Amino acid sequence: MIPASFDYHRPTSIEETLSLLSKFGDDAKILSGGHSLVPAMKLRLAQPGVIIDIGKVPGMSEIRQDGDAIVIGALVTHYQVESSDLVKRLCPLLAQTAEQIGDVQVRNRGTIGGSLAHSDPAADYPAAMLALGAEITAVGPKGKRTIKADDFFVDMLTTALEPNEILTEIRVPATGSNKVAYLKVPQSASGFAIVGVAVNLTTNGNSDCKSARIGITGLSARAFRANGVESGLAGKALDAPTIKSASSKAADGQDPLSDIHASGDYRAHLARVYTQRAIEQALS
Amino acid sequence: MASRYVGQKIKRTEDPRLIKGIGHYVDDIKLPDTLHCVILHSIYAHARINSIDTEAAAALPGVVAIYTGADIKDKIGNVPVASALETLKVPPHPVLAVDKVRYVGEPVAAVVANDKYIARDALDLIVVDYDPLDAVVDPEKTAAGEGPLIHEQFSDNIAVTWKLEGGSSIDDAFKNADRIVKQRLVNQRLAPIAMEPRGVLARYLPGENELTLWSSTQIPHLMRTQVALMIGLPENRLRVITPEVGGGFGSKLNVYGEEALCSFISMQLHRPVKWIETRRENIQNTIHGRGQIGNMEVAVKNDGTLLGLKYKVIADLGAYHQLLTPAIPTLTGLMLSGAYKIPAILMELTGVFTNKVATDAYRGAGRPEATFIVERIVDVVAQELNLDPVDVRRRNFPKPNEFPFATATGLFYDSGNYDAALDKALEMVDYKELRTQQKKARDEGKLIGIGVSSYVEICALGPSAAMPAGGWESATVRVEPTGKVTVLTGTSPHGQGQETSFAQIVADSLGVDLNDVLVIHGDTSIVQYGIGTFGSRATAVGGTAVVMAMDKVVTKAKKIAAHLLQAGDAEISFDNGKFCCVTRAPEKAAAEGVGGAVVQSPAAALPEPNPGKTVSIQEVALAAHLANNLPPDTEPGLSATHFFEPKNFTFPFGTHICVVEVDKETGEIEILRYVAVDDCGKVINPLLVHGQVHGGIVQGLGQALYEEVVYDETGQLITGTLMDYAVPKAHQMPRMELDRTETPTDVNPLGIKGVGEAGTIGATPCIVNAVVDALSQFGVRDIEMPLKPEKLWRLMNQN
Repeated sequence: MIPASFDYHRPTSIEETLSLLSKFGDDAKILSGGHSLVPAMKLRLAQPGVIIDIGKVPGMSEIRQDGDAIVIGALVTHYQVESSDLVKRLCPLLAQTAEQIGDVQVRNRGTIGGSLAHSDPAADYPAAMLALGAEITAVGPKGKRTIKADDFFVDMLTTALEPNEILTEIRVPATGSNKVAYLKVPQSASGFAIVGVAVNLTTNGNSDCKSARIGITGLSARAFRANGVESGLAGKALDAPTIKSASSKAADGQDPLSDIHASGDYRAHLARVYTQRAIEQALS
Repeated sequence: MASRYVGQKIKRTEDPRLIKGIGHYVDDIKLPDTLHCVILHSIYAHARINSIDTEAAAALPGVVAIYTGADIKDKIGNVPVASALETLKVPPHPVLAVDKVRYVGEPVAAVVANDKYIARDALDLIVVDYDPLDAVVDPEKTAAGEGPLIHEQFSDNIAVTWKLEGGSSIDDAFKNADRIVKQRLVNQRLAPIAMEPRGVLARYLPGENELTLWSSTQIPHLMRTQVALMIGLPENRLRVITPEVGGGFGSKLNVYGEEALCSFISMQLHRPVKWIETRRENIQNTIHGRGQIGNMEVAVKNDGTLLGLKYKVIADLGAYHQLLTPAIPTLTGLMLSGAYKIPAILMELTGVFTNKVATDAYRGAGRPEATFIVERIVDVVAQELNLDPVDVRRRNFPKPNEFPFATATGLFYDSGNYDAALDKALEMVDYKELRTQQKKARDEGKLIGIGVSSYVEICALGPSAAMPAGGWESATVRVEPTGKVTVLTGTSPHGQGQETSFAQIVADSLGVDLNDVLVIHGDTSIVQYGIGTFGSRATAVGGTAVVMAMDKVVTKAKKIAAHLLQAGDAEISFDNGKFCCVTRAPEKAAAEGVGGAVVQSPAAALPEPNPGKTVSIQEVALAAHLANNLPPDTEPGLSATHFFEPKNFTFPFGTHICVVEVDKETGEIEILRYVAVDDCGKVINPLLVHGQVHGGIVQGLGQALYEEVVYDETGQLITGTLMDYAVPKAHQMPRMELDRTETPTDVNPLGIKGVGEAGTIGATPCIVNAVVDALSQFGVRDIEMPLKPEKLWRLMNQN
């Protein structure tokens, strides 16, 4: 690892972080788990002049229950999420998603806040955030604000965060008796999602769908909610033809990515197949 | 020989230091005052260099020197190629590009600075003015004469054409055939990806006129010779040390420019110079493997009997030759008979220059390519003739009584029982039942495929007459005064475990504890000249040298022991570290008793029978070094060196079988079972053999399913990082069920054949055959590797 030179700051409070951010502006990058930033710096694709390492900022490394929601600090690692009894009990979809991210080393270092703020188009968490209706808390010079997951993922590597804001925590509603699943097709080299589908269904008993939230990642420039699938399920009996027909809309309106690992056509096909499978798994 | 260790599952003595992270790779060696070298690489596949402006870079504080091709072209010789092909075009391969660059990544300049960060920063300040040229990327178009000249002194981009024709008449074979089966088959380019990239540390001491070169290599001695020639230093002034090496897979069986470059710079600046390859450089600049596009044609009878084989192949050699570049496709040619009796064989090779890094030896080095195409075509034959692929294989196997077996390509297979390995593999999977289940599953709409691959490979490289740089190997066995044993081997283990397996051999033979044996390798100032570790040769050839040297030691030790025990040589047995006087021949003892020399010995003053009396190897070693009571005409010390020249290669073989399920909707592949029966002759350490087979299968599976070096049409490397180049990961591996048959060889006294590459060679066609079998109902005959699910999905949906 031979990055370009940079100045290193390790603030110990959110206030200090914000003041460093406003001082250095675009030249600064926030370092959390470092699993997206450091590889980019290694290849000098990113050459920030200032690194603000938020690893020692207190209060962002815990998972706690808050009423009927779970609140996850931005510095919580993927391993913490996948192994948390609280998450497994109240929001199993999130644990399922976390355990499918990267490999053991990545999960031990990578953080949920870093992943969401980076917004890689093939990251796993965004699909789950959309399906769960999570709320993301950002703190900036003007104070704290909450951003709905639906509004958070703007474009490839672009989120609703302002340059002078930091992501501090994520609030995820408990899913109770909902039917949930996350399924992905990993890219064989990187492990990122060629397609990842998160499903969160509210049902009457086992057969009727009251409401559906489907988040899909990997297919296009940003994770999105598959509205066509959701409306194809909501209010319907969840029989095989309904599921199949709803899933066939998984890629509607999207402009699929295409690379050496999967063409756009194939990605769209996988999105449809894996949406159906994720729904079936959620119901099983 | 007692077998306390040989044949036992002994844990590697190398492992504790490696697991604890306290071993020393090149980058772990820190010398004071070291300068760090970083290389500027070409960003173009093909371009003229108009100028290189290093002024700003040189002005950066901490930068000590910058070198370009123009600076060193008359001072460092070209990167060498060892090839006996007469028609080969050999372009100069400069250490740093001069006037022109010919592949993305070609070294253009070197920056030397006080630390690597400064050196790397300085790279960004060098301005190279290029005139980009069209790139030559597609080997088939190149062979057809398209594209600009890569080396303008030549008339075309054809580096070599070569023909191998052997056995009976190929024309008759094809004339007499019931059927001719044809198939285009491609071995894609692969990157070897050793865990430890390459690395060099060079330290020149001007007072002593000595250069020490630490290098992550498989061939320290050959490297010493070549680097000495490249930089014009007398060979005996150059010491190459190979510390821990984190894998090579053939990629370090080479002489690259960086060793000579760092040596030269150290001699210029009188400071140590270190260069450590990054992973990106490793994928882009270290040799690639495979890269053969071929057309197979076989002449067969309707019962599956193979009559003849034609292979027309275009080899993508890259822009320059590395050490063995042209020798890889020719080795493919030699192995075209596979595990079969094929009376007539013809290979026509066209090796082309392309604007890519050179191809060279990668695990298997020509044999996986041969095995892949032979094992694939056998399956295509079975498919066309509607025969069971197992029957076609068995029909064409040479039988055990036909060994040594002469192939049409001119090789002599030493020993073999191909049916036995096949039978064992079939039994392990219950083949008959498996085919029944497959049919049942198909009826239920599942795509189950069964793949078989029966390979033979060539190991223990090899007789010197057949090798570009010597095929022998050396060993010294030295019993120290305290009875500890030091073994110096000319091989250069880099993960294979010979520190353990050689110690097993020696400890058993000398009857000492395993921990009393130290195996030293990879230091040209300590170890006598050797050839190195590649081609699954280290144990078969290097281990034999150890055995031969040890025999000399034991012979001498026996003589000393006899003297100590006052017995004649013939009456001494040696077992479990003890020399024992078995019986005493009175007349001989009497004769000795009157001999002048013996009178000097106090013990000899009382010549009486000593049956049952023993002396240990340790006592003999001490006596050999004290040297005050040795038999007449006996040199002090207890050590011997042997240079072993094998009379032939060895030819291990085996059968792999796998079962796959292909997802009908997505083309994703799941390996349900993987069975491998390998025959590598006698086994020193089953754990090491298993480890080699496991690792080999992983890499074979990598070629089949995941790996591919991709250059775009402008010659840019698309798979330049491990985010895009898909090396198999642990969780992508199936459980492997391993077994062995054991057919010894008489090529060496250990009866061992070698196993370093077998897994890679057997696995690739096995997996592809299974997947093609799964898709046979769609009329699929072949799928180009890697078998990406999307390709399968398209094949299933093409109509």
